[in-house]
Amino acid sequence: MEKRVLFRSAWLPWVLIAPQLAIIGVFFFWPAGQAVLQSFQMEDAFGMSREWVGLDNFRQLLTNPDYLGAFQRTALFSVLVAGIGIVVSLALAIYADRIVRFAMVYKTLLIVPYAVAPVIAGVLWVFLFSPSIGVVTHYLGRLGYQWNHLMNENQAMALIVLASVWKQISYNFLFFLAGLQSIPRALIEAASIDGAGPWRRFWNIQLPLLSPTSFFLLVINIVYAFFDTFGIIDAATQGGPGQSTSILVYKVYLDGFKALDLGGSAAQSVILMCIVVVLTVIQFRYVEKKVQY
Amino acid sequence: MVDRNPWLTFLSHAVLVLGVSIVAFPLYLALVASTHTAEAIVQSPMPLLPGSHLWENYRNALLGSGKLGSTTNVVHMMWVSFVVAITITLGKIAISLLSAFAIVYFRFPFKMLCFWAIFLTLMLPVEVRILPTYKVVADLGLLNSYAGLSLPLIASATATFLFRQFFLTVPDELVEAARIDGAGPMRFFKDILVPLSRTSIAALFVIQFIYGWNQYLWPLLMTTSEDMYPVVIGIKRMLAGGEAAVDWNIVMATAILAMLPPTLVVILMQKWFVKGLVDTEK
Repeated sequence: MEKRVLFRSAWLPWVLIAPQLAIIGVFFFWPAGQAVLQSFQMEDAFGMSREWVGLDNFRQLLTNPDYLGAFQRTALFSVLVAGIGIVVSLALAIYADRIVRFAMVYKTLLIVPYAVAPVIAGVLWVFLFSPSIGVVTHYLGRLGYQWNHLMNENQAMALIVLASVWKQISYNFLFFLAGLQSIPRALIEAASIDGAGPWRRFWNIQLPLLSPTSFFLLVINIVYAFFDTFGIIDAATQGGPGQSTSILVYKVYLDGFKALDLGGSAAQSVILMCIVVVLTVIQFRYVEKKVQY
Repeated sequence: MVDRNPWLTFLSHAVLVLGVSIVAFPLYLALVASTHTAEAIVQSPMPLLPGSHLWENYRNALLGSGKLGSTTNVVHMMWVSFVVAITITLGKIAISLLSAFAIVYFRFPFKMLCFWAIFLTLMLPVEVRILPTYKVVADLGLLNSYAGLSLPLIASATATFLFRQFFLTVPDELVEAARIDGAGPMRFFKDILVPLSRTSIAALFVIQFIYGWNQYLWPLLMTTSEDMYPVVIGIKRMLAGGEAAVDWNIVMATAILAMLPPTLVVILMQKWFVKGLVDTEK
């Protein structure tokens, strides 16, 4: 898309765009380039020597069962976060779309988690589920269910999934609600006159018309689960017990800053960048489609 | 609504009340915990109704140094968070307004290259390129500084994208009219384009403020001196002593304080926030 009428100046556009280019140059392209470069190099932890090792870092990563395990965990984690988050928020949005009274109250309360920092979300959920003082742990115990996410790997995963879904519910809810409210009333009324009940209208009209929104949210939620959950994990489980909740982003941090394996961490960064680029392309193709109708 | 089925309306409210209660429960419990003594919380189960130590806990959280395992207090940490969030927000809005203006309203060599260079940054979060970015910032001598905390987070194109989309919808007739009246590009930008973008600017303000306030991984690596910790880091550090040694009442009071500014921004600017959120992704 282009403007018909443009201003003419040889130097002004460069001046205008210079601050942005400078910042992304220094803080984006330079480090990203370094990551790519480092991923082909091996450096000792003191930064004394460096040698070119080609694809060795990648080969090591992709044959390392630890890393492949992290890959699987991340996949499982993001599918759970995206799936549960989307279903729960869709249900809430469908009901919220029906009502008039108190709609504002529900909506306001549901968007608060968006404002909560991921680390604080992690702290809040750990507080609920702490093995020693957690309220939920206590009542689960009374029901005969032992909760200890410091020992049990599945429970640790469940805890970070819960906290991540909680944090993202606001976002999903708002998009579904906006999507539902943009469906023309006439369609719903026509279906209603033809005798379709609420359930039928949901399955045959609202859900299909929401499919672009759902697909978009699926991508966004996967990106969220991949990258924005660092704080939640660091506060709730710190990747443990064992490695059971250390997803890819957490591993980049652990290997780079704690284990000081710079080449390996850079190679992991490059792999993550590729994943993001693929997801971006998928999303852009979706955006193009959406613009057309 | 098409049909008024009282049962369905009742069911809707029931589902929403249940959903909202579950979503609000962790927040409610944090609030309750911040009104009790540390001893009351450690008893299992902790009380589920507010206690009477509210002022005491918040005063300790705000001003009591030493409790955090550091010498700085929460007031100072909140100040750091505030400065960083505002710098990121205003910096991003200013830079993006200018670059979106250049991209939409001018034709210049390598325009498409610049366009794609900017848009490549759209989804690549700082978490992904964390180590090399850290090195760059360290080489520039920006560790433990406000510039180091905020500049790398300004380097993303979300705002540029939003402004570009908006500028494309501004009618061309306005440019023509401005030109006939003899206004140059900067005059047009200042007197017409920016005032028209007020809603988008407000929406971005909310989104970016929250983004800046809630940053965690970047400041965690960037700051080694305690007087540069944002409040989010402060909370995490209070938990470092292991569960038994933690004063949960103070932690939760601090958490509530740390959540307050972004929550207020979201709730008070709800209309723009929702619009901005939905528009950014179009």
